[in-house]
Amino acid sequence: MEGGGDSLKQSFDPNLPIYTQIVDRFKQLIFSGAMSPGEKVPAVRELALELGVNPNTLQRAMSELEREGLLYTERTAGRFVTDDNALIIALREELIATVVREFLAEMKALGCSSAEAELLIKRHGGEMK
Amino acid sequence: MSEILLEVKHVSKRYGQQVALRDVSFELASGKIIGLLGPNGSGKTTLIKIINSLLADYEGEVRVSGHKPGKESKKLVSYLPDKMALPTWLSVTEALDLYNSFFADFQLARANELLNSLKVPQGKRIGELSKGMQEKLMLTLTMARRAKLYVLDEPIAGVDPAARDLILSTILDNFTDGSSILLSTHIISDVETIFDSVVFLKEGNVDLIGEAETLRSEHGKSIDQLFREVYRC
Repeated sequence: MEGGGDSLKQSFDPNLPIYTQIVDRFKQLIFSGAMSPGEKVPAVRELALELGVNPNTLQRAMSELEREGLLYTERTAGRFVTDDNALIIALREELIATVVREFLAEMKALGCSSAEAELLIKRHGGEMK
Repeated sequence: MSEILLEVKHVSKRYGQQVALRDVSFELASGKIIGLLGPNGSGKTTLIKIINSLLADYEGEVRVSGHKPGKESKKLVSYLPDKMALPTWLSVTEALDLYNSFFADFQLARANELLNSLKVPQGKRIGELSKGMQEKLMLTLTMARRAKLYVLDEPIAGVDPAARDLILSTILDNFTDGSSILLSTHIISDVETIFDSVVFLKEGNVDLIGEAETLRSEHGKSIDQLFREVYRC
């Protein structure tokens, strides 16, 4: 999880449930490739300690990620990122589509047409490394 | 996992005319961390003293793993008082020996490791340590027991914010699987991520109680923010 650790360790927004923020960060790590398919996930206690959160909260996030199929547990070996690439791609696209729709809805609320939004993305696109 | 470790049922306590606790009830399951939150004088320490059998004259019921507070429950509960409870002329090493001879579940090697990581000087007398160091020593003595229930009365009140993370990770790292923690505090912002659930005490009454994550999503607010609203003057 080299390079991905930073994004996990950002401090949490205490106004939102902590476990959903952990779920979102794991998705970012998996979808961006910072965590690879089949990679081992650190033990719950270890990770909870590192993030300064309650182990039960972290467990809840892990269960949620398992329910969505992004992580799986092997009885003795521990917990891993799924090696089902097709699932990762499908869930990534789903999340990206949601983010884009939310963005466009916000732009619309600001009186910005799709065409204008497209232009603005191109103009500001340079800010995205 | 869902065994109830601590039961507090309809507990009330008065000091003369002064009501300290009024009909306080909650449960703590094994493996969970509960925050007992409230400003000074809200009844936190009174409740904690009842759980630790330091106050016997109260109404209602308290059970620790089915035991009334007393001799049996003391074997199961590791208690961090809000004030230094050891003679200040003891050296740090003597304090460790004292706990080691007193509590069958005390892990001396673990305590030494913890003191090193918290940088508490072992040769000194307790009275020669700063308040922050004294708190780190007491926390070490408390967490080095393999207890079922840890009752921590204001463990972070006297340490600077930089040391709080260290204290919290010490607490998280040392409560073992299946044990539980009751932690009282009036400083929420640095600790709210470690609670499973919280009890807000206000003038001896339970003002708000719930799972931390549920409260965050229901109110769209942090526990710290809710605390500030409940206790707004």
